[in-house]
Amino acid sequence: MVENNRWGNFFAHLVLIIGVALVVFPVYVAVIASTHPSGTFLRGVMPLLPGPNALENYRTVIFEGRSRAGTPPIGGMLWNSFIMAMAITIGKLSISIISAFAIVYFRFPFRIFFFWVIFLTLMLPVEVRIVPTFQVVANLGMLNSFAGLSIPLIASATATFLFRQFFMTVPEELMEAARVDGAGPMKFFKDILLPLSITNIAALFVIMFIYGWNQYLWPLLITTDPEYYTIVMGIQRMVTGGDSEPLWHLVMATVTLAALPPILVILFMQRLFVKGLTETEK
Amino acid sequence: MQTKRSTFSNKWLPYALLAPQVIITLIFFVWPASQALIQSVYRQGDAFGIRPPTFVGFRNFMLLFEDALYLNSLKVTLIFSVGTTLLSMSVALLFAVMVNRMIRSRDSYTTFLVWPYAIAPAIAGVLWWFIFNPNIGILPYVLQGVGYNWNHRSSSNDAMILIIIAAAWKQISYNFLFFLAGLQSIPHSLIEAAAIDGASRMKRFWTIVFPLLSPITFFLMVVNIVYAMFDTFGVIHATTEGGPAQATNILVYKVFRDGFVNLNIGSSAAQSVILMGIVIVLTVVQFRYIERRVNY
Repeated sequence: MVENNRWGNFFAHLVLIIGVALVVFPVYVAVIASTHPSGTFLRGVMPLLPGPNALENYRTVIFEGRSRAGTPPIGGMLWNSFIMAMAITIGKLSISIISAFAIVYFRFPFRIFFFWVIFLTLMLPVEVRIVPTFQVVANLGMLNSFAGLSIPLIASATATFLFRQFFMTVPEELMEAARVDGAGPMKFFKDILLPLSITNIAALFVIMFIYGWNQYLWPLLITTDPEYYTIVMGIQRMVTGGDSEPLWHLVMATVTLAALPPILVILFMQRLFVKGLTETEK
Repeated sequence: MQTKRSTFSNKWLPYALLAPQVIITLIFFVWPASQALIQSVYRQGDAFGIRPPTFVGFRNFMLLFEDALYLNSLKVTLIFSVGTTLLSMSVALLFAVMVNRMIRSRDSYTTFLVWPYAIAPAIAGVLWWFIFNPNIGILPYVLQGVGYNWNHRSSSNDAMILIIIAAAWKQISYNFLFFLAGLQSIPHSLIEAAAIDGASRMKRFWTIVFPLLSPITFFLMVVNIVYAMFDTFGVIHATTEGGPAQATNILVYKVFRDGFVNLNIGSSAAQSVILMGIVIVLTVVQFRYIERRVNY
């Protein structure tokens, strides 16, 4: 720093502490609300200190659900979300790493054309073409299935670009050496390129997992069978089902459980997360 | 577009490697998008197949721009995206500047500020909806104290403020990380030189730091507008559902309502086509920026 300003630093800490408090506040309130019995929410103002019902609330939402309001136990929904997020992540990573490999390490007719076809996916988010995409998936008989939940979201231009950028920086000599030693393209890919890409794969894994876990509109459209509900869309059914006030203690227990896995991923892999985030956008 | 100097030669392997990605793109991206284009110029047939779909040219689009509800949705989307972008970016910039002054505590503050990125927009919506709940929410209780009667179920303004706060809150982490990276790449010598010339801290920020951040600011602006326009479906659907009185019915939500609830396929397709146009323009703008940044 240019000058050391004691009051300036104090002020900066103050701003940050208030800022962090504001950023954390909504989640704090949710966790607190999930520990109270339902009676707390009938009148007055929401509690700000923990209540006695934590275990019971979490047991109710995970194992029993509320059959009357049509929300299944969320244990199953958490599992569905996990399967969907993993399928999307692994699917995206595998198809984009092999297509980046093809684009960088081969010269073949229509290479540029294929590159542009992949690029198109950047411009067409699900949200802008929901009705026709839904019709395609319905015609293929993929409604209410894990295939329908994950496969249409697997194509990813960003991951392909990132791998392409990375492959361009891999020294030419590695490939020439591999060729001199008689290694074919797939052997080179498996034994040299993949091990070199591990950090990039891990960074993208974090981003893609969060993306997959947080999918909302897509599962909402193609699942009508509670068997395939995912947790993030399940919350909406709990909140807006019926005219009465939602059962806040159960809703907030569900919210906490739904937000926990991606938050843990970010906290434990912060370095990879930051790398993935800042590099995929370049 | 470049490849490596030397490449593998194999007739069919590259196609096999590209096949999964290209097939998925064609089936789930290109085909539905072309369907949307086609549907947008037809008037749909009836459900019994008595009246076949008829070609109507640009009528669906013209009807849209005469429709007060659609024009309202455009206005609402504009207010919502500008509000979300401004709020989220200014708060994130403030945090980034403050964190950038810290030495030992930088990483701990960063940890506390990045995790909201993990929260799904729908969940962010539900969280703020709870806090702002007119019966038991803490903020309406506080606002009552200063004489403001908060009710996002009847007041359009309150509903708009609610969804802007929820959408901006989730996006702060993202903007913060990019601003912090940008601040750390500013050469220290520039700031020191200005300090020696007697420029105050505020002056240094507005005349040196802020202009040098402008490429990142511009980039984030585009990303945030795209986020607010397309990724915030969950915020709206899980909370206000476009109400009260259409006050939060943004374009993406309207496409969904008209297509799936009101079953007006032609109009929904025309709206999809307009949205695709907006995304394409924003993507091109974003890529122009990346090209320019190379020179910077």
